[in-house]
Amino acid sequence: MAHNTQRRSAKVLATLAAVSLGLAACGGSDDGGSDDAGGSDSGATKIDCSVYEKFGDLKGKEVSVYTTIVAPEDGPHIASYKPFEDCTGVKIKYEGSREMEAQISVRVKGGNAPDIAYLPQPGLLKTLVATGKVIPAPPETEANVDKNMPDWKTYGTVDGKFYAAPLGANVKSYVWYSPTAFKDKGYEVPKTWDELLTLTDKIATDNPDAKPWCAGIESGDATGWPATDWVEDVMLRTAGPETYDKWVNHEIPFNDPAVATALAEVGKILKNPKYVNGGQGDVKTIASTSFQDAGLPILDGTCFMHRQASFYSANFPEGTKVAEDGDVWAFYLPAKDESSKPVLGAGEVTAAFADRPEVKAFQTYLSSTEWATERAKTCGTGGCLTANVNVDPELLKNPIDNLSAKTLTDKSATFRFDGSDLMPGAVGAGTFWKGMVNWITGQDDKATLDFIENSWPKS
Amino acid sequence: MVASLLSAAPSAIPEPLLRAESTAGKFVLMFFAIAFFAAIFGLVLFLASLFKGRSGEKVQGALFAGPAILLLAVGLMYPAILTILQSLRGKSGEGSFSFDNYSAMFSQPELITVLRNTALWVILVPFLATAIGLLYAILIDRARGEAFAKALIFLPMAISMVGASIIWKFVYQYKQTERPQIGLLNQILKMFGFETRQFLLDAPVNTLMLILVMVWIQAGFAMTILSAAIKAIPDDIIEAAHLDGVYGFRMFRYITLPSIRAALVVVLTTIGIGTLKVFDIVRTMTAGQFDTSVVANEFYNQSFRYDAPGLGAAMAVLLFVLVIPIVTYNIVQMRKEA
Amino acid sequence: MSTLQPAATPESVSDEVTPAPKAKKAKRSATGDAASALNSRWASLVAVIIAVLWTTPTVGLLVTSFRSQRDINRDGWWNAFANPGAFTLENYRQALEPGSSASFTQYFVNTIVITIPAVMLPIFLASLAAYAFAWVPFPGRNALFVAVFALQIVPLQIALIPLLDIYTNKLGLGNSYWSVWISHTIFALPLATFLIHNFMRELPGELMEAARVDGAGHVTIFFKILLPLLTPAIAAFGIFQFLWVWNDLLVSLIFIGGTPEVAPITVRVAELAGTRGSAWYLLSAGAFISMIVPVVVFLALQRFFVRGLLAGGLKG
Repeated sequence: MAHNTQRRSAKVLATLAAVSLGLAACGGSDDGGSDDAGGSDSGATKIDCSVYEKFGDLKGKEVSVYTTIVAPEDGPHIASYKPFEDCTGVKIKYEGSREMEAQISVRVKGGNAPDIAYLPQPGLLKTLVATGKVIPAPPETEANVDKNMPDWKTYGTVDGKFYAAPLGANVKSYVWYSPTAFKDKGYEVPKTWDELLTLTDKIATDNPDAKPWCAGIESGDATGWPATDWVEDVMLRTAGPETYDKWVNHEIPFNDPAVATALAEVGKILKNPKYVNGGQGDVKTIASTSFQDAGLPILDGTCFMHRQASFYSANFPEGTKVAEDGDVWAFYLPAKDESSKPVLGAGEVTAAFADRPEVKAFQTYLSSTEWATERAKTCGTGGCLTANVNVDPELLKNPIDNLSAKTLTDKSATFRFDGSDLMPGAVGAGTFWKGMVNWITGQDDKATLDFIENSWPKS
Repeated sequence: MVASLLSAAPSAIPEPLLRAESTAGKFVLMFFAIAFFAAIFGLVLFLASLFKGRSGEKVQGALFAGPAILLLAVGLMYPAILTILQSLRGKSGEGSFSFDNYSAMFSQPELITVLRNTALWVILVPFLATAIGLLYAILIDRARGEAFAKALIFLPMAISMVGASIIWKFVYQYKQTERPQIGLLNQILKMFGFETRQFLLDAPVNTLMLILVMVWIQAGFAMTILSAAIKAIPDDIIEAAHLDGVYGFRMFRYITLPSIRAALVVVLTTIGIGTLKVFDIVRTMTAGQFDTSVVANEFYNQSFRYDAPGLGAAMAVLLFVLVIPIVTYNIVQMRKEA
Repeated sequence: MSTLQPAATPESVSDEVTPAPKAKKAKRSATGDAASALNSRWASLVAVIIAVLWTTPTVGLLVTSFRSQRDINRDGWWNAFANPGAFTLENYRQALEPGSSASFTQYFVNTIVITIPAVMLPIFLASLAAYAFAWVPFPGRNALFVAVFALQIVPLQIALIPLLDIYTNKLGLGNSYWSVWISHTIFALPLATFLIHNFMRELPGELMEAARVDGAGHVTIFFKILLPLLTPAIAAFGIFQFLWVWNDLLVSLIFIGGTPEVAPITVRVAELAGTRGSAWYLLSAGAFISMIVPVVVFLALQRFFVRGLLAGGLKG
């Protein structure tokens, strides 16, 4: 039954685990927003309905939405459609499946596409656009995107045509740590890459029974992706955003010296038996430790740092306080120096496969600030960050969502989208992962990069 | 015929009998479907009964086999032909004709490993599962509590591949030697003073560990069929052999084995083909990493993950080709029997 | 069953079983009763070892499913019996917690609605076809049977897109249970036909011939003679197909989708299980929830199943 999990679903899983654990970071919040997915009738916000009048009388119409987001995280999503449904009388038919990424292309090619799909990778959008079945976004949606998420528009654009408005977002350039442990040992949060390496070495010397870093890249059939995030994050720091873009677009080969430098830098940490793998064992255990478990040793002190995205917060067990003064918190993965601030992140885009007015209206709603606000308000358990820059970050009660929102809107930050999500599927969801797994289990840098370079689709 | 009836269905059948969302509606729909299929069944038999005598046999044969053949032609044959064509039309499966996919497939350095693993699977799983199933069937034959003993071996068959993978992943769990173990296999290693191991990480042991899961599932199937075949050996033959003083291994070698030969071939074939197609286990347990991938897994990746349906199709064709020896062997067997 | 055959006398053994002459040679070193008793003791031991090996992994996960998350990760499940008071149903409670949009019952109904026709239809079609391949001489019979047999290898994944296209665009059956039922039938037919055909071939041809002499047509023979003999064999295949359909996720997801209104229970379990890191507490409970119905059905019908497979061996 189970076939594929990718990073978006990974996030969902993580959240699912959290909810099951009863960890509701913003649950029981004291604002007026509704936490309860089902009972949001009274709490639903009134929005300006006139925006949707131009799409005609939509009463009784249905729009089907297909996503990777499954129970229980789907509840808050469904709740966030309520204002739109109240305005227009359209019924949103929601379907979430962890198999979505593999199934969407089957359904599209088989002529049975949903009206709207949330695509977790821009690379997937490109693939689907190639089938000719994706309908370009209506001008109303495009106007919203220009206003609310101008920097992200490119991720919904294929060959100069705008198709898909960005939706959810997450920030990946985080290092999870225990503020208490840092305080006890007198460690400072590092501000530069060199400070990070110095701290790493210091921790290793100070703590013979622990390791400075823990990592895990096992993720079912998506095994390897956390390591690709490592390389991307470091690539942004050692080579800079411009070279990063060239690399992602294959304007420089995958085995270019710039990439080799970044990989070697990652190797300084991930392949050093003195530095990894806290709580698990030797370097190789990185390959077999699930990404969900990988950061947990921070809690028992066998590991000090874990580089993982904002959505990792949901993996900490019941009762863990995720906050700046709590049991765990995250610091920004430092850049070369404090003058630059590259940020790696990811998110999903919404593609439409039908051009009925109710579908266009819903696309427009999803790209509006009204939706993003509603999403923040009805947020169940965190992970409610959106690409929309016009939402008040303070609406996000989950501390890490809140921090991420500020990171994303920080004017000094340079945002870059997760490179493997932009690369062709055969690389970004295939050989890049596989190459990193082999690299962790012993393959050298050069062989790894050559392997990935050789697999880049020629066309 | 079935197809024409079915294509008539949408216009003839009102919407509630096509799709239903209420519980009652679903059951109505289900019973209608059963009645509908039974009506087809009855119609075929009625038509067949109109034809009498040896001369009508051709028509009867066509009527009996027709519906199944038609469904297979549309549902499997046609997609198979499409796949073969796709495999010849470039990576997208839509380009101009060439053998590019095949040369790409065979130039992949990992392909050798994939083929080696596939060979290991297809040889080890049927033979180990059959050997264990047969041994067990003989050992518990006519023993006290036979039904219960069978149920124990049987059970894995009722579990989905993914369920089985979860169970075994837990058995293989790794923790550092000095920590408390939660995986049974590593606990045993530790008990005997060995270092714990990452069973799913180190090639080629990991492939064997995955194969074990499939053997675990399939042994019950083999045991059941072979046990039934053993029981079907007429008592008189066994008594006669006993009178001749044939017992134990000789009994097995000279009476049992020859008597269940046909059943053995069925078991080996069914498991062999099933094994070639299996990829759930590999996907769930290692995702084909650490040199554990098999052809079916690569086919899935190329077709549904890497956006290379043409290359995926070439992998599927490779699967067809791999099964040719099994099919040929069975045809030879059938000829012998006929 | 032996009533179908003339009682075999010791003399007739050598006629019927080819290797029998060799067996006779074995007479010289015939094993006595003592040896056989020893054998049976060893046999029991080996059987017990296999049974234990086969059962332990499942038991391990079952025990785990009743332990708290903390206990699971702290030590092995074999230690759980030291403190039986620590067993809990919490994992099951969490696993069964209704999703935001649907209850378990709804998924359950969907699975039943999918499964029953998807088991019956291939039985209808395959037994008819198997009969034709086994006992009705018609031109091209052998070639067609080989083709059907060979189709077993076609991975069902390659058929998904073409079939979906046919259902949606040619037949108007898109997003309906019909497409799921028909797809399951198609994917089951090669194996069903092959297995039922094999059972049928094993039935004594004299039965058929005698009926022919009495003037019975194929329809009469199929109903009056074959079907009663075949019922257990059909039941045996039916159980296989039941397990397959019950445990299927892919076919339903593709043809009818994953909305709670229509999706089977596996969809819900897939949300729980799958690859969840070491969330073993949920994984184990989820896995056992998904197993319980097939296992119960399987055990309940086991006797039937064994008898069904016996039908194939009548010829001896």
